[in-house]
Amino acid sequence: MSTIETHTTRVTVTVNGREVSEEVEPRTLLVHFLREQARLTGTHVGCDTSNCGACTVLIDDEAAKSCTVLAVQANGHKVTTVEGVGNGNGGFSPVQEGFRQEHGLQCGYCTPGMIMACTALLAENPQPNEHQIREALEGNLCRCTGYETIVRAVQWAATNGGAGEWA
Amino acid sequence: MSLIGAKVLRKEDPNLITGQGQYVDDLAPAGCSFMAVVRSTEPHARIVKVDTSAARSMDGVLAVWTAADIASLPARPASLPGMDMPLIAGDAARFVGDIVAVVVATDRYVAADAAEAVVVDYESLPAIASLGQALAPDAPMIHPVLQGNTVFFQDYTEDLTAEFDAAPRTATLSLVNNRCAPAPIEPNVVLADWGATGLTVWAAFQAPHHLRNTIAAFFGISQDTTRVIAPDVGGGFGAKINFASEIFLAAALSRAVGRPVKYTQTRSECMVAMFHGRAQEHKVDVAFDDSGKILALKVQVTQDQGAYPDATGMGLPVLTTAMAAGCYKIPKVAVSWRNVVTNTTPVAAYRGAGRPEASYMIERIIDLVADETGVDPIDVRKTNFIPADGFPYQTHSPLAVYDSGNFAGALDELLRHVDYPALKAEQAARLADPTAKLLGIGFSSWLEIAGFGPPGSLEAFGHLASWESAQVRVQPDGSAIIYTGASPHGQGTVTTFAQIAADQLGIDFDRISVRHGDTAVIPQGIGTMGSRAVAVGGEGVKTASTRVFERAKKIAAHLLEATEDDIVVENEEFHVRGTPSKSVPWSQVAWKSFQPLELPAGMEPGSLDATVFQQVPNFSFPSGAYCCVVEIDRETGEVEIRNMYLVDDCGTVINPMLVEGQVHGGVAQGIAQALYEHMQYDESGVPRTATLMDYLVPAAPDLPGYVSGRTVTLNPSNTLGAKGVGESGSVGAPPAVINAVVDALSHLGVKHIDMPATPQKIWSILRGSK
Repeated sequence: MSTIETHTTRVTVTVNGREVSEEVEPRTLLVHFLREQARLTGTHVGCDTSNCGACTVLIDDEAAKSCTVLAVQANGHKVTTVEGVGNGNGGFSPVQEGFRQEHGLQCGYCTPGMIMACTALLAENPQPNEHQIREALEGNLCRCTGYETIVRAVQWAATNGGAGEWA
Repeated sequence: MSLIGAKVLRKEDPNLITGQGQYVDDLAPAGCSFMAVVRSTEPHARIVKVDTSAARSMDGVLAVWTAADIASLPARPASLPGMDMPLIAGDAARFVGDIVAVVVATDRYVAADAAEAVVVDYESLPAIASLGQALAPDAPMIHPVLQGNTVFFQDYTEDLTAEFDAAPRTATLSLVNNRCAPAPIEPNVVLADWGATGLTVWAAFQAPHHLRNTIAAFFGISQDTTRVIAPDVGGGFGAKINFASEIFLAAALSRAVGRPVKYTQTRSECMVAMFHGRAQEHKVDVAFDDSGKILALKVQVTQDQGAYPDATGMGLPVLTTAMAAGCYKIPKVAVSWRNVVTNTTPVAAYRGAGRPEASYMIERIIDLVADETGVDPIDVRKTNFIPADGFPYQTHSPLAVYDSGNFAGALDELLRHVDYPALKAEQAARLADPTAKLLGIGFSSWLEIAGFGPPGSLEAFGHLASWESAQVRVQPDGSAIIYTGASPHGQGTVTTFAQIAADQLGIDFDRISVRHGDTAVIPQGIGTMGSRAVAVGGEGVKTASTRVFERAKKIAAHLLEATEDDIVVENEEFHVRGTPSKSVPWSQVAWKSFQPLELPAGMEPGSLDATVFQQVPNFSFPSGAYCCVVEIDRETGEVEIRNMYLVDDCGTVINPMLVEGQVHGGVAQGIAQALYEHMQYDESGVPRTATLMDYLVPAAPDLPGYVSGRTVTLNPSNTLGAKGVGESGSVGAPPAVINAVVDALSHLGVKHIDMPATPQKIWSILRGSK
């Protein structure tokens, strides 16, 4: 058996307020670090070209596509996933509740990324108009809804608490 | 208060909005290994040699298989004899994406490395990239058994020469129904665990029992030890009823390596490996008179099946030709179709599966007749509609007996939302102003065949049967669990079925759970496709719930010492009609239903449990009228949809919020086909749109908002009256959009534009006109 030269490096990320420290290969993508090391499977993978946005998380409160970020790049940073935006007691963030109230999801696969992108939008612009919402979600694909109900979900959240709070 | 028709929030959502959904790729059993696939980069080639030595020698690699390693296994199920799709291509690769080797490793990244290290030596063969190439006289052959590339040919069902000769006017139109990639955001995913006592397969799939039965037959194992679970599924759109080769390979590899094997398609793989949809060419002849009355129609459909004909894919032109006359009473209709192989990804069901092609064709023809005669498109439609009292209506096809409809009523309802005269005036004004964008107004009065189906209908596509199962089980505390063979992947079936059951049982919606997607839990099942979940599966839930309720009433009557006919239920209390004080709660009836000493004579314990295999006597025929208003930039050719008006008639609405969601999603995919999406191959058969960078799945800025209306004609084939709505939007939207685009350009003599109506195509037309 030949041995491929692999080495690992320690990556420590504060995920949803909790420190996660693991030895990983340097090439490990952040999305795999979150799904397989931190075992937070809410963040999904939908493409390999950074187009679909299913893997969107917040890095230091800014939306980022975690399939295009190496885990080592997130070392020492704060990452927030869909599991981290509720109130922690099974309650939903305003954006999560907005998606439920306005039927902003069907199969749910793009939803975690959508919720994180919408959360980042509302944190930056608490009262976006429809055009601003659509433009802000340009990097997140949904195949089920046709987007109108997602726009409504963001509008619902904007009038019911905004982006919400997270660790 | 009835919950039928109520906007109820979804039971599915709390998990899905918090990241607690469970999709196949989220599962990670102990010892889980990962499969990666080596795919042909050649459209058509002899496979000279597959060198797996480097891959095999990598640390962590458990297996590397080529065709030789699976010689004892059959070809992919749902293949056609002599044109079988091998699980792993052996002698030849026949499309870019054909599987050449598979690798299993202990780690996702190592599996990818090892797949990369497999070296395949190809000898290129002449390839067929299009229907034109396939049907050329000296075309290369893909499957020797065919003696050509035509798999099946049905000549015109009738000779209409006399009708066309006698007609005052005739016209011809050639149409391309562009090949689309279903592109659910979750690609194909499978996890197979072949353990000592049986095989469990978790798959992103729309019909788990269908898959279970097929896997068991494939491996020659017993169905009782074969379990298929479709947990949360991230969209299907028809593509996840196809038997992806990777499912069978993962199972075989799990048996070989003695570990669970997981496989997740990358998006680039998904674009070429997940079966495509549409891919038809039409030649249409229409005979009509000066008033726009259509006298005869001839439709010839050529279906691109891709490299390996799939059983479902073969049926697409059958559905297209069956629905060729749309909403119209056309005295003579003759249809012909041809299934053809090419060196491209196989083609099968994609949302609408054969019916969007039909509605697009006939609605383009209606506008062509309007254009030729100078009669307004609205009037051409009204002149030719089957009248509201004309049902049931036997079409030219034995398959399609329209159940009910009110096509003029839907169009009138649409025109209540659309200020057509004002739009026509605006269009004329813009035309006169060279700086203004062009305006186009397009209509479609569409009709589809759904609610699959009557006995024999799904059997023709290889399914066990055409019923759907429903089991209703009242628990000892008076809550209820519904088990359904329908297998949702976003439709909200858990919610709608609980609404249906709540109404029949008198049990609170919040105390009803709906289970699906596990062959070890659900009695039997067919699946979710063909807009059948509510029309067949929902009706089954109603039937089973009614049976359970009748038995509960017997127990309540016994406990209240009253007669059964006097028992009513309100707020989960059974009481004697007119005497609310004499009551017994549902919870007590449920509890006692399990206690022999409490039951009326002759009643068995556990009787509040009913299983139904719901049959329906006919398909359903959802219909509607859409209007699209487009603006076209005269400089760039860009089309922007300014308004999209949608009137749907899906019969009874169970949950208006969910119906709206289904319509929006279908319309979005329809607009996408009309304006953006086209799975393209270059002349040598290499895909040009194999990533989401190149294939334009629309994002939020690319799609409009929608104005919705509704008419209701009940489905006479079930007691709910529901027809189904999952595919409606994808059937109705494309013709409305293209009719609008053509309308905007008709002053230039434009009669037709093939989908997708890209800025490039329109810019060329505009430029040519200058």
